Amino acid sequence: MSAMAPFSEPSALTPGSVAEVVDLVARMPMVLAVGAGTKPVPSSCPEGCTPVAMRCLSGIVEYDPGELTFTALAGTPLGEIEAALARHGQYLPFDPPFARAGATLGGTIAAGLSGAGRQRFGGVRDFILGIRFVTGLGEQVRGGGKVVKNAAGFDLPKLFAGSLGRLGILVEATFKVFPRPKAFATLLFACGTVSEALQLLETLRPASFDFEAVEILPDESAIAIRLGGAPESFAGRLAAAERAAGRSASRLLEDADDAFWRNLEPARPAGADEILAKVPLTAAELPAFDAALAAAGARRRYSSGGNVAWIEWSLGFEALEAALRVQGLSGLALAGPAPRPLIGAIRGKAFRSRVKAALDPHNRFPDF
Amino acid sequence: MRSRFLTALGSLFPPSRLLIQAAELAPFESDALTAFRARPIAVVIPESKEDVIQAVRLCRDHGVPFVARGSGTSLSGGSVPVAGGIVLALNRLNRILRIDPARRIAVVEPGVINLTVSQLAARHRLYYAPDPSSQSICTIGGNVAFNSGGAHCLKYGMTSNHVLGLTAVLPDGEVVELGGESLEGAGPDLHGLFVGNEGLFGVALEITLRLLPIPESYRTILAAYDRVEDAGEAVSRIVASGLLPGAMEIMDRLAIEAAEAAVHAGYPADANAILLVELEGERAVVDLDFARLSEVVRLSRPREVRVARDASERLLFWKGRKSAFSAVGRISPDYLVQDGVVPRSRLGEALGEIGRMGRERGIRVANVFHAGDGNLHPLILFDGRVAGALEKAEELAGEILRLCLRLGGSITGEHGVGMEKRDYLPAMFTPTEIEVMHRLHRAIDPKGLSNSGKMFPGGGAPALTAHGPHPLERAGIISRE
Repeated sequence: MSAMAPFSEPSALTPGSVAEVVDLVARMPMVLAVGAGTKPVPSSCPEGCTPVAMRCLSGIVEYDPGELTFTALAGTPLGEIEAALARHGQYLPFDPPFARAGATLGGTIAAGLSGAGRQRFGGVRDFILGIRFVTGLGEQVRGGGKVVKNAAGFDLPKLFAGSLGRLGILVEATFKVFPRPKAFATLLFACGTVSEALQLLETLRPASFDFEAVEILPDESAIAIRLGGAPESFAGRLAAAERAAGRSASRLLEDADDAFWRNLEPARPAGADEILAKVPLTAAELPAFDAALAAAGARRRYSSGGNVAWIEWSLGFEALEAALRVQGLSGLALAGPAPRPLIGAIRGKAFRSRVKAALDPHNRFPDF
Repeated sequence: MRSRFLTALGSLFPPSRLLIQAAELAPFESDALTAFRARPIAVVIPESKEDVIQAVRLCRDHGVPFVARGSGTSLSGGSVPVAGGIVLALNRLNRILRIDPARRIAVVEPGVINLTVSQLAARHRLYYAPDPSSQSICTIGGNVAFNSGGAHCLKYGMTSNHVLGLTAVLPDGEVVELGGESLEGAGPDLHGLFVGNEGLFGVALEITLRLLPIPESYRTILAAYDRVEDAGEAVSRIVASGLLPGAMEIMDRLAIEAAEAAVHAGYPADANAILLVELEGERAVVDLDFARLSEVVRLSRPREVRVARDASERLLFWKGRKSAFSAVGRISPDYLVQDGVVPRSRLGEALGEIGRMGRERGIRVANVFHAGDGNLHPLILFDGRVAGALEKAEELAGEILRLCLRLGGSITGEHGVGMEKRDYLPAMFTPTEIEVMHRLHRAIDPKGLSNSGKMFPGGGAPALTAHGPHPLERAGIISRE
């Protein structure tokens, strides 16, 4: 950890225009774009690398509610975007995490993070339509487009979801948005184990419910299932879901629903020695991985029906890395004492190296 | 040199799976964009991913270009062979390796037909969402290469939104695994970059697809209008009302006539435009939404509204739409299909302008489009036997693409750039942006062997001809979207 500089280091440069970003890439030996610093591990600079603060490249450039798209500069706080969308009854359905902590649009893309709402329509990768970025050669590049359907050129916007600032500096992005359901309601089923939770999901599957979020909560011995829509639809639908599950649940409506999901959002762990990590997985790996996490005393929850684990781990980086490797899993360390963001069994490294060499041939951005 | 290569190929593939006679090669000379043709020196028919890997490595060793091909339904010339190269016909790699209902995934080989995935997943009440009009014949491998779309892209996205991971052989023979089986990933979205590469990054060998629960309920409404602009206005009102239909499709008068002549869908014959809107999801939600939708549509002053009473009527509504492209063959000997995208709010403007440009040139244009996502499919009608007609039609097609860009859209929504639109790539991207894409391409295919000549301007062009539909299309086996 000694080599890592925190994002707020005074040496951070603060470009006020894309031209200044280009200039910095040309001038500095190595740079890394940082947003609000809500994800300190991926936004920490290795030695010899200078943080570039993106907060001055901020603001919504274009938003036409009728198009269901907006374009904003990378440093725009998610909160500002969500407020603008909410005024027109729209939202980013994937519930980008760390919004209340001040996370920016660019940081969310670069970290490739989605929240509980990614269950139904997909995550940040599925809603990003276009990007503008600066390559390691200082080139200004647009990828994708500003319309919801587009197949022209390579899909650079998707590549940049999860790119961790290592392939280029994002300066602007265009997203698809959806009309926000009028209301949400949540069923909280008691579930002793993750296997029982997975069994419950299997029982519900044939009924074709359109769940907005499905969260397995071993720490609370529960599974939370969220529905969205018109409030008058809830009584019947919640009852139908309980019938299909063959058991009753506690119901959370209105403020109780809202507060419940707000409390579930990932946050920086309280303990300084704890690592917050996101681990993609599937239901097949979940029981064994959960047992390993339980044995390590890690707090954890499983989002999107068991497709991603959010972990707070206190046994140190090496042990976390080992726990992932044993299961053949990869992960992303976001906060806490971790020397690098990508951990575990990362796939596709050879392909990634080729991509990195094409976009950043002189390593003006840190390696992964 | 060539004979040494063919000899080596012969040691990998038995004669029954190595086609070299002119008559055997002819069906592979073009795809659904029949204007482009080129003859490969051989076609090989792999039966396993090892066959594909060995063929690609042999091509690498001999510097021979190759084109992977599924059912040849590309509308952008995306699977046209490279002269002097070979074709890898992947139709026999058509195994569904696994359907895992608990994880809601299917792992398939590239030659699997799109619709087959949904048919096999249906027993688990799951389906594969991307539905290009050619879905009863096009393959997942081709869908992956060209990031195919369909009628449900506003709500559900394109192929790339439904691919979780894949194994691919890169053009220099390296085999890579990208993504995985989870909905989420860690690190850059490499499989997201691979999808839509137009064959330039090599060949996908195994693809992990995301499956969705089959909706409990559908409600489909068909509204007829006196003016196509009114249908476009209705779409804007529907979106403004906060509804999110799974599909919103518009056909204009000429397209309606063609569809009626072909499949007798029972569309209102005197309408100048038809709007098809479909809601799907949980019954309780769909019923509430349908009441709102009906009200919004009523306020848009259609001349007639029909609601599908049952599943068979719903399919009939769709049959006319899905067959519209090939149906146009009934009213014109030849036609070009365009695939531009405009912001949804500018659909009316775009259609008005396309109509004007067509009239100015004395060219008939039928319009079928995915109104929900602004994806236009103008069908430019011409007679290839008339000297200069193809060139005039192509000129109009180019004008339409430039119009889409002027309005803030794209040159292709779902067909890809391919051979057809590569000269328009510079109209959408700067020289720097194209250079960056070139660098990516070279990093992955240093020798330029895989499907070379597609997407980027300035590659070698096969002969341009102007004669009629593909033989398979004429026989009604393939259709176009």
